[in-house]
Amino acid sequence: MSPASVDPSMGARAEAPVEDLGERPNGPAEAAILAAGIGILVLGILTTLSEASSSVADGLQWSNRVGPLSGKTIIAAASFFGLWAVLAVLLRGTSLGLRTVTIAAAVLVALGLIGTFPTFFQIFAPD
Amino acid sequence: MSLTNRETWTLIHGLILGSLFLLAFAGGLAGFWSLRPELVTPQGVKDRLLRLKVGTTTMAVLAWATVITGTWVVYPWYRSKSPDSPKSLLLSNPDTKDWHEFGMEWKEHIAWFAPILATVAAFLTIYYGPRLVRNKTARSITLGFFVAAFATAAIAGVFGALITKAAPVR
Repeated sequence: MSPASVDPSMGARAEAPVEDLGERPNGPAEAAILAAGIGILVLGILTTLSEASSSVADGLQWSNRVGPLSGKTIIAAASFFGLWAVLAVLLRGTSLGLRTVTIAAAVLVALGLIGTFPTFFQIFAPD
Repeated sequence: MSLTNRETWTLIHGLILGSLFLLAFAGGLAGFWSLRPELVTPQGVKDRLLRLKVGTTTMAVLAWATVITGTWVVYPWYRSKSPDSPKSLLLSNPDTKDWHEFGMEWKEHIAWFAPILATVAAFLTIYYGPRLVRNKTARSITLGFFVAAFATAAIAGVFGALITKAAPVR
């Protein structure tokens, strides 16, 4: 194919690669990813504990209208944002490995999913 | 034709905030999927990234608004101890009690995964910006969080719709 027969728009794509901007440090991203995994795990742990113990459930009932879900969700959300802030400072300028952190977070999310799955946490309900 | 205060809030929670989040997913997915150097020109990357930044941030805000209105406004009416509350009605019938004991119990918790995951997806989109085009690992991770946020919101949304059909908040 001669150059003259090349579709100009295709040529523009091939000849104008996306600008190479260099890499950004992964630490801040890893902080957010890890904080999400931990926040979701906290929700899973609190959900199972709340089912297993009425005193834990009572302690999490920060709003009588909402019930224990109020404490569970506020603590989980606060854990996420709080840990994100702390980890962002700790991981500034460093990296634990983006892939490694993501795998760890995926495991934490999976554990959180198990902890919030009714068939699982209802096993711990008192008779 | 009119809606009660409770029906209006249920509508805001599920049909407006929740549905907008779920509907926006398709556009975001297409944007992330095609964010590759061989598929887009530099100008295309710029346009697409702006849409993705605005879109993922809006979705994260929608997800937070959905769970906050769901948990703090609609859920107290659902779980009220009165005999005609949706929870009481579902538990009073052996044929419908699983809608509460499994459906609502899962929905009320898994729904909170979505805003956390969507917030991370939005942050990664903004943080890496145009680097997502070349950094395949970061792009895949961002897409993973985005899809996971949608999946958890979809589970919560489907159960919400089915439970509302079985025992609406009135």
